[in-house]
Amino acid sequence: MAKQRRTAEAPKPPRLAVRKTYKLYLGGAFPRSESGRCYPVTSTDGDHLANAALASRKDARDAVAAARKAFGGWSSRTAYNRGQILYRVAEVLEGRRDQFAAGAERAQGLSRAAADEAVSAAIDRWVYYAGWTDKVAQVLGGANPVSGPYYNHSAPEPTGVVAVFAPQGAPLLGLTSVLAPVIATGNTAVVVVSESAPLAAVDLAEVLATSDVPGGVVNLLTGRVPEIGPHLASHADVNALDLTGAGDLAAEFEEAAATTLTRVLRPGPGADGGEDAWLDPDPGTARMTPFLETKTVWHPIGV
Amino acid sequence: MIFDYAPAPESRSVVRLRDTYDLFIDGEFTPAEGAGTLPTVNPADETELARFAVAGEADVDRAVAAARRAHDTVWSRMSGAERGKYLFRIARIIQERSRELAVLESMDNGKPIKETRDVDLPLVAAHFFYYAGWADKLAHAGLGRDPRPLGVAAQIIPWNFPLLMLAWKIAPALATGNTVVLKPAETTPLSALVFAEICQEADLPPGVVNIVTGAGETGRTLVEHPGTDKVAFTGSTEVGRQIARSVAGTGKRVTLELGGKGANIVYDDAAVDQAVEGIVSGIFFNQGHVCCAGSRLLVQESIADELLPKLKERIGKLRLGDPLDKNTDIGAINSAAQLERIRELTDTVEEEGVQRWSPSCELPSAGYWFAPTVLTGVSQAHRVAREEIFGPVLSVLTFRTPEEAVAKANNSPYGLSAGVWTEKGSRMLWTAERLRAGVIWSNTFNKFDPTSPFGGYKESGYGREGGRHGLEAYLG
Amino acid sequence: MPVPHTAFEATTNRALRVFLHGLPGVDEVGARTRAQDLATRSIKTTAKRQAIDLAIRMVDLTTLEGADTPGKVRALCAKAALPDPADRTVPKVGAVCVYPDRVATAVEALRGTGIGVASVATAFPAGRAPLEVKLADTRCAVADGASEIDMVIDRGAFLSGDYKKVYDEIVAVKEACATAHLKVILETGELVTYDNVRRASHLAIHAGADFIKTSTGKVSPAATPPVVLVMLEAVRDHHAATGRHVGVKPAGGIRTSKDAIRQLVMVNEVAGPDWLSPDLFRIGASSLLNDLLMQRTRLSTGTYPGPDYYTLD
Repeated sequence: MAKQRRTAEAPKPPRLAVRKTYKLYLGGAFPRSESGRCYPVTSTDGDHLANAALASRKDARDAVAAARKAFGGWSSRTAYNRGQILYRVAEVLEGRRDQFAAGAERAQGLSRAAADEAVSAAIDRWVYYAGWTDKVAQVLGGANPVSGPYYNHSAPEPTGVVAVFAPQGAPLLGLTSVLAPVIATGNTAVVVVSESAPLAAVDLAEVLATSDVPGGVVNLLTGRVPEIGPHLASHADVNALDLTGAGDLAAEFEEAAATTLTRVLRPGPGADGGEDAWLDPDPGTARMTPFLETKTVWHPIGV
Repeated sequence: MIFDYAPAPESRSVVRLRDTYDLFIDGEFTPAEGAGTLPTVNPADETELARFAVAGEADVDRAVAAARRAHDTVWSRMSGAERGKYLFRIARIIQERSRELAVLESMDNGKPIKETRDVDLPLVAAHFFYYAGWADKLAHAGLGRDPRPLGVAAQIIPWNFPLLMLAWKIAPALATGNTVVLKPAETTPLSALVFAEICQEADLPPGVVNIVTGAGETGRTLVEHPGTDKVAFTGSTEVGRQIARSVAGTGKRVTLELGGKGANIVYDDAAVDQAVEGIVSGIFFNQGHVCCAGSRLLVQESIADELLPKLKERIGKLRLGDPLDKNTDIGAINSAAQLERIRELTDTVEEEGVQRWSPSCELPSAGYWFAPTVLTGVSQAHRVAREEIFGPVLSVLTFRTPEEAVAKANNSPYGLSAGVWTEKGSRMLWTAERLRAGVIWSNTFNKFDPTSPFGGYKESGYGREGGRHGLEAYLG
Repeated sequence: MPVPHTAFEATTNRALRVFLHGLPGVDEVGARTRAQDLATRSIKTTAKRQAIDLAIRMVDLTTLEGADTPGKVRALCAKAALPDPADRTVPKVGAVCVYPDRVATAVEALRGTGIGVASVATAFPAGRAPLEVKLADTRCAVADGASEIDMVIDRGAFLSGDYKKVYDEIVAVKEACATAHLKVILETGELVTYDNVRRASHLAIHAGADFIKTSTGKVSPAATPPVVLVMLEAVRDHHAATGRHVGVKPAGGIRTSKDAIRQLVMVNEVAGPDWLSPDLFRIGASSLLNDLLMQRTRLSTGTYPGPDYYTLD
């Protein structure tokens, strides 16, 4: 009887998935845009994937404030500790690699193999820069043999708050490739992520938030470069710009940055490419040195 | 007893000035095509020393073309070892002619012969000597396995250390295979023009070094010239901003050494007598015409009453006057315009509640002079504590704790230099670590060396000059 | 700077240590740099003439040899009173400095010249003798007519931290000096660091020294410019704190007019014009005098003189 009754009933409907609300990542929290706005994100085929927060000028301002607040603590941590935390990001990302690969397939239309390759490379990129944290001072700094009774030593120091325009066409590996060197060296970051494919960045924010990266060290803004970019480029409390994903606006932002002598990393080769433009496993120091200041300390030697 | 030092003037006879100096382009002195000439005067007595050509657009064009040709056909193709030998040769000629250059520099700039003789010229020669040795070792500089020169460098230098700034620009550029078009400041063009003669004497291939003289307009033309690959500038933050703006989007590389408002922090356990010396050299070296000057004295309040009388007594011993007198400590202000700027910034300080003090000191009647000045009762809010005065004016502020000292020191858009005076090593390192400045002098001040990278944080500019780091600005 | 204003009669090592170790440190490189910078002063023509005559008046013309005989001492005294027989405008030297057993000879030889006799008492140069011996040494020299006593401090006691012993000895010798002036030799070459030079200077000053003196002349380095610089700072600071002037005497290694003039430049610019007097600055030397005389001649004649034209002693 019971069996019959059950058979007679309609099949159980598939469970309704809980969708994620994609928000900003500011000061360690996930707020909506203060403007209350969002924008639709679609796959490369045009399918609606989600809505992303449409960051405003004020969100950018809040992000810079959060990054500045976090800078003192992050930059004064030991390089060893920063390396441990960046390695932890890799560990957590590895544990969620299927999520990111699936996301890359869905959002970017990559083959599963290409998506896997991009995710693997992104994980390895965090490991790569985790290793750099306590090497870069030795590679770039050292003793200077001055002609006199002085101890003289130069060492790199983080420049401060870096506004990063992440590559538009490489939402995970490209993002990781520009973000990791900025924070590995002790800077804090405000990142304008890929406008058309921002979801991986918000997923990555969840990884960062659970990897002991202190709140405010990385701040991720989803939105439009033309809208928030000018405010970051001219912001007096931003110390450097990475214009990789700034596209046609790069020159304009560089000009705006000149007012406060903000350091600028111009878009390099591959800035417009996809994830596969970022596969080089050994990018070296080129993305760290633009965000480092050399400090030289003198002291007399005597008795 | 009063021990009056009799005048001890260095002889001018080592200097042979021409009436008029042409531009130096493609290995030859060549007249400018337009724009006429300007005078350069001795700021100590306002006499005209010589006139120099003002380079216009066509002249800058010629200079850039000559530099490009020299780069493409000769200099970038030459082995590093051979390039280095030219630089060694130049270093040696500078050593040989150093007295002449020192006297000339003092005449054109107004700075004391003691400094040109004992600081500027030895550093100039050492800078060429240092970078000469890099020319064939660039692959070991940590800047890639086969680093390449950028091409033609446009270089603009200031008037405060004319020949030294020339050396800081030209030596690394040439060592790395670049060729240069350099514009000296309009108030101090002469040592650069004698350097052009030295290039001829060294048989440097034509076009490797080109010197174009002129004022701001010539500089702007050079910066904006599309034929260069690199702009290197030392000067004011204001002009630095304009340059950064004008190269935006061009693909040109740029390095900027700009202004500063250096803090000199004296803790209560400092070696007081040496701290006094460091404060004095920090602000009165080169009449305070030093971007890295320690123009803000931050003294721990608990020793301010002991330190300031000692400091004033010491300042009272400074000898101001004829730059060519070997006993002169403070020379002339470089120009009428600079003197006006110093006056403009300091004239009204007393109305703002600042106490102003200068030793009794007779200023010569002709020339541009400003007595060493100490401003006390200064707070962070005063204009003299924030703006670069670029003159012999020290602003004195106090602090209570190390945290406060660092916070005040860093409370500036600039970040070029800072000083720390303490006998406690850990406190020195703690402070140096927190100061946001490119050069930290602990228990010393205003020391320079070709091996030691120099350059600022924040609005003091970007890039480093000197040392291995200085190569990076000229290699791609 | 903590400058005590009271005597240390009943003081302890601990109190002295607190005072001396509380003095500001001296940065070696900074002190050397300052001395080198002052050495670049170029003293010419009238200023040079003035400096040379002053330096002659400041010379403590010295012979401190085991081989000193009455004849040698008498010859030195003749030189002191009439440095250049060919030029009567040359001033007399500040004093003649001899061992205690030669004081009587020197006093006799200098009678009527107005030149005082200084004597190195207290078991000079090592000072390694019991205090009673040092005091007897001093009293003998004073009894024989010495108007100035150059004592040595106990460097061993100083370096072992027994500041009280150093202090008490100076006080005792000062008492034995009666009216004679006391110069306290720090023997800076054995103290090695400028911090020690500063501390020893203040210790001697507070114990009652009328002069502080760099060296015995038997130890190298002796009166180097940075050492004199630090000692001049000590007397300057003491004067600023108490109003009392204490003199400084570099000795050892000052052989040329250039050396001497550099000393005077330091005196002028570090301690100040008050010290530009034989009452507050002396130079312990022997061969210096002839070089001063030669330079003096060159200034007045314009020609370079030769050593054969000046008396050996």
